[in-house]
Amino acid sequence: MSNETDIGKDSILSCRKLVRFLGKDENRTHVLRGVDFDAHAGKTHAIVGPSGCGKSSLLYLLGMLDRPDSGEIYIRGTPMARANDNERTSARNEHLGFVFQFHVLLPELTAAENVMMPMRKRDQLGESAMRKRAIELLDAVGLGDKVNRLATHLSGGEQQRVAIARALANEPPVLLADEPTGNLDARNSNIAFDLLSKLSHERSIAVVMVTHNPELASRCDRVLRMLDGEFLK
Amino acid sequence: MSTNFQIALRFLLFKKRAMLMTLSGIIFGVAFFILTQAQTSGFEQFFIRTILGTDGALRVTDRFQKPVDYKTIKMLDEEEALQVETQRKYIEGIDYPNTLKQAVREFPEVKGVAEVLRGQAEIDSRSRTQDGQIFGVNLNEFLSVSTLGSQIIAGSLENFEKSPQGLLIGSTLALRINVKPGDIVTLSCKGKSQRFSISGLFETGVGDIDKVRIIVHLNAARSLLQRPFGANYLQVSIDDPDRAPAIAERMKAVVQHDVSPWQRREKVWLDVFRALRFSSAITVSTIILVSALGMFNTLAMLVIEKTKEIAILRSFGFSKADVTSIFLWLGGVVIVSGTTLGCLTGALLTWGASNIPLRIRGIFSTDHFVVNWDSSHYIAAVITASVVVFIASYFPARRAARIEPGEIIRGTSS
Repeated sequence: MSNETDIGKDSILSCRKLVRFLGKDENRTHVLRGVDFDAHAGKTHAIVGPSGCGKSSLLYLLGMLDRPDSGEIYIRGTPMARANDNERTSARNEHLGFVFQFHVLLPELTAAENVMMPMRKRDQLGESAMRKRAIELLDAVGLGDKVNRLATHLSGGEQQRVAIARALANEPPVLLADEPTGNLDARNSNIAFDLLSKLSHERSIAVVMVTHNPELASRCDRVLRMLDGEFLK
Repeated sequence: MSTNFQIALRFLLFKKRAMLMTLSGIIFGVAFFILTQAQTSGFEQFFIRTILGTDGALRVTDRFQKPVDYKTIKMLDEEEALQVETQRKYIEGIDYPNTLKQAVREFPEVKGVAEVLRGQAEIDSRSRTQDGQIFGVNLNEFLSVSTLGSQIIAGSLENFEKSPQGLLIGSTLALRINVKPGDIVTLSCKGKSQRFSISGLFETGVGDIDKVRIIVHLNAARSLLQRPFGANYLQVSIDDPDRAPAIAERMKAVVQHDVSPWQRREKVWLDVFRALRFSSAITVSTIILVSALGMFNTLAMLVIEKTKEIAILRSFGFSKADVTSIFLWLGGVVIVSGTTLGCLTGALLTWGASNIPLRIRGIFSTDHFVVNWDSSHYIAAVITASVVVFIASYFPARRAARIEPGEIIRGTSS
């Protein structure tokens, strides 16, 4: 682990002394106890640990989807923990890609339209360029022949691959995945993981993955074990 | 097409049945709003046109002796002014109509002035005798302050003009005493009788007028009513009847005679029409209101059903403002399509209503539904629907924007 003075040297996404409580009154739980973390480009990082140890909480804090009670989060050296909602929203759009366990796609849209959605929000490419890129990404995840299929007409594994393609739509330097294979069978789990691993190395993306699957975790470049809101040394 | 608008359209299709029901409600609400306004204001406008064409915009009547300076009255408060007004002494009628006419014509807004000598008389057609009201007029003068020319339904004005002992009679009165043009009738007043020939029948459309009014030449009226001088009132037409009350006030101060604008004379009926228009607007607005409540319900459900999708949109860069705008676009689509189709349906219904045969004989007469084509009805309907639908979509939009993506995606709450 690097200390606070190392921020920005070789990590894209970092956090220092991150503290988070969840719940209220007697249900208040100390979920994260001053966690430090660095994500490096082109590497796959697995965060493992028992249920409730705080790994998903850390992931959502790193993804600007939640706010820490104390500590700091840096994206390319820029502190973001106390940024306003618009700055955090913009950071999510430009720097972060998300893959969730329940691969939530917009059911009214086709696979290509789902992948184009983050690009539309960023508004940097024209319609045809966005579509071309969406088709390329879907091709990369093995769904080149299903670009025009409605999300509801895809299998669970296919939907997860569309979600991976969507997470990569704006070429984010960091991809955060919360149990990306948790809802898939063994075959689809391997396909999804291989895909994330390949994209990480080929496109120099820092992949941070929370998983319960020890086999998949062991195939990552770094494995961080968590217990009671802290990383084990 | 903006991304938010595209998402809004997809959400709209997701709830197409419920949205279609809401849209139908807005369309019919707007359409019926327009129809009822066109119909109630149609009858009101028809009544006003008839009244202006018959009795004129202003009536200069009794002379008054001024108890205090007019400027002093203007300085008093309403109650004191009324007290002074009630203390004022009125002298019935007009003593010097020609001088007064000259003074009235000095007002730039005045288009025409006619003196009228009025009195009660009995009309006898041999088959029946009825009471009537004699109106003695100079025909050319009277035509400049009324639409008598277009009110003739039998006989002609030329016959009347050529015949010093001719008369024009209201259609209902003619029917009651069973006379037609060319017939001879006897008019009796204060023990004096004169024979007149019926030159024509007129129909103003106002039942109260058509059943009593008899128009004769001014000289004939003077002879019959035994009033060689003066007049009862001056009937005045002006270029903008809506300004009649203000002009009446100014005229009153100058000519020292009471001047009554048509709005004061017909206040009772105008108030009835206004009340009808408001009550129908309120009644029909409930259709829009109920539809908007349905829309509020649909959107609130949509926010609940689409919570995960909203959270996902937020996770890849959609801001709170984007989420708000998605739901406001939904309202916008309903407003634009609902009011456009509603206005078209309203216009179609109004056109259809104007062709419905409907015989009315009473405060006015018409043989078909009277409608008033006025853009203000459409503007009022669009504004009402827009405000209500905007409110109905604003609150669900705000609720959707408050969704915290982290909480929803994790299914936990901090």
